[in-house]
Amino acid sequence: MSTANASRGANPLRRIGAAYDRMRDRWAVAPAWLRWIVYILCIGIVLLPSSEAVSDFLAPESGMVVWFFPVGIYILLALGLNVVIGHAGLLDLGYVAFFAIGAYAMAILGVKFGWDFWAILPAGILIAAVSGILLGAPTLRLRGDYLAIVTLGFGEIIRIIAVNTGYLGKSNGIPNIPTPPSIAGVQIGDLDVFGYKLLALDPRPFYYLLVALCVVTIIFVRRLQKSRVGRAWTALREDEDAAEVMGVPTFRFKLLSFAIGASIGGAAGVMYATATQFVVPDNFQFMLSATILAGVVLGGAGNIPGVIIGAFLVGWLPERFRALQDYRVMIFGAALVLMMALRPEGLLPSRTRKSELAEGTGGMGSLGAEVAGPTQTAPEVGE
Amino acid sequence: MLHNFTTQFWPNTIDGLAIGAIYALIALGYTMVYGVMRLINFAHGEIFMIGTFASLAVMNLVGFQAPLGGLALVGVFVLCLAGSMAASGGAAVALEFIAYRPLRKHGSPRIAALIAAIGASLFLQELFAQIVVPKIFAPGHGRDFIGTPRLMNKETLFSIGNGVVRNDKLLVIIAAIVMMILLDFFVNKTKVGRGIRATSMDPQTATLMGVNINQIVMLTFLVGGVMAGAAGLFYVLVFEVTKYTIGFILGIKAFTAAVMGGIGNLRGALLGGFILGLIENWGASVTGSEWKDVIAFSVLVLILLFRPTGILGESLQQARA
Repeated sequence: MSTANASRGANPLRRIGAAYDRMRDRWAVAPAWLRWIVYILCIGIVLLPSSEAVSDFLAPESGMVVWFFPVGIYILLALGLNVVIGHAGLLDLGYVAFFAIGAYAMAILGVKFGWDFWAILPAGILIAAVSGILLGAPTLRLRGDYLAIVTLGFGEIIRIIAVNTGYLGKSNGIPNIPTPPSIAGVQIGDLDVFGYKLLALDPRPFYYLLVALCVVTIIFVRRLQKSRVGRAWTALREDEDAAEVMGVPTFRFKLLSFAIGASIGGAAGVMYATATQFVVPDNFQFMLSATILAGVVLGGAGNIPGVIIGAFLVGWLPERFRALQDYRVMIFGAALVLMMALRPEGLLPSRTRKSELAEGTGGMGSLGAEVAGPTQTAPEVGE
Repeated sequence: MLHNFTTQFWPNTIDGLAIGAIYALIALGYTMVYGVMRLINFAHGEIFMIGTFASLAVMNLVGFQAPLGGLALVGVFVLCLAGSMAASGGAAVALEFIAYRPLRKHGSPRIAALIAAIGASLFLQELFAQIVVPKIFAPGHGRDFIGTPRLMNKETLFSIGNGVVRNDKLLVIIAAIVMMILLDFFVNKTKVGRGIRATSMDPQTATLMGVNINQIVMLTFLVGGVMAGAAGLFYVLVFEVTKYTIGFILGIKAFTAAVMGGIGNLRGALLGGFILGLIENWGASVTGSEWKDVIAFSVLVLILLFRPTGILGESLQQARA
């Protein structure tokens, strides 16, 4: 892709990427103590939004609740979707289904069976994972585009089932979902760290719980990415046939990525339901899948810091510019188009992913360039 | 349950064919673009939506009071058709030019095009909800269903069993088939059509043979848009209602139809559209109409499992490796 290389530097977005690449090189040889300082700094930054001053500055019109939803939940969902899209290279357009399954698991088990949040969380994750396998088992043999449309259909089916089933409260949803059990007495300043009351009253305890969940997820996904499983995913993303020939059981690994992505989505759903204490089918529209997908791709699929930043942006920007309320979705749409034209690999792409894209043989295939091998360029005649 | 199926069989069959014809016309756009570029044009549903509003705009401009008949009807119908086809075709070409061409030039991955399409789709929906519909059609009701005037008297022509064949539905079904035949002729028998088929088989070799790929791609979008525009008019004609989100669910169903018939295959789109319309309506008579969409998607999943290349196989011309 000579055109892409030639234009590097001319485009400010590419400069961000170049700076990020240098940073990554330094990070690769950074000593352990430096890494720990950075980790602690990151945690510190993440805890900042819970202070009034920072919140007022970053989201003046919606308040602290923004850091739980949409920002925090979007980040967790994006981490999960990244496993499916970024790592395994499977295009899932119905990811919201697993979010919905987690949320409804919390609602049903909590309201109708009286379970505890801490019991429901693993149960919800398990249910979501099983549904991921149930969806994946028949469909994962399909090619990319077909998989996209089947998952999209699945997402809609789940929502329509919720709308039509009396047991799930039809379109009115399920109210009075229990919050996690509070632990009194653990106080930092004016805050009950484990005092789960109302999200609108004090979102901070929920926010911290969500941050903890995100941190666990990041560590888990990161370890996975560096393991045999992660290497298998990379192999099947880059060339499925070659991976199969090399003895990678591609179908099983695809199924695994689906199950893991689904379980992270389920965890986000459980968290969302317990915090808002209320689920309705309208919360689980295709729009949400599209937004999370946009976050993953904007940030740079396959790269965890990129994905977090992408999800943060798609969650935060519309809240920050509420003054433009009526036009924000329109601007968001136009921004997606523009972003894809300027920097389709995302803000901070993963390096292997970028090289795949440059070859034009990435897991998703390239537009009008499928036939181009590593040494050829995309057909570009008649300009 | 099953009783409903048998008693309502003929009415459902006729309704299914009518909506199936509309699915088929939209599906053509998906199939053409996919055949040439291997790209799911997700914003195609919005192109259809623009067609519905364009035909409404022409109707408002002509400004008739009562349903028309005779020559006046034919004249207005042709005007509406021209208006909706021009609007949708233009929008589709603009979409290709603004959203897809930069990606194509960089050889971007398909997922980037998909995101751009989702972005374009959101943009167009909101453009209509926030600006176009409130300013032109219904001030203050940008996000509501907009009723459209009745263009022609709906008369019963004849009946099959207990099913009543209405003139507007028959018109839609016949028009879809005629347009399909014309398009089939265009792609298979004309010189430009040969360019489309060549590009679909192998863009690089087509380029070497002197085919202008950019022109072909633009033409593909234009043809798909024109068909979606016609579908927009037919939808307004039969259902007399539209909305800014109308393209979303119809777009997905039309895509389902395209996949069902074999994406990239023109005749498959027609067949898939009719089959989807029929199954959906027959199924809904058994389960209740609130499950209609679930039936449509379940059928899609089943077809993909047992015949992933669709009923007629996927190709504009012939099987591909």
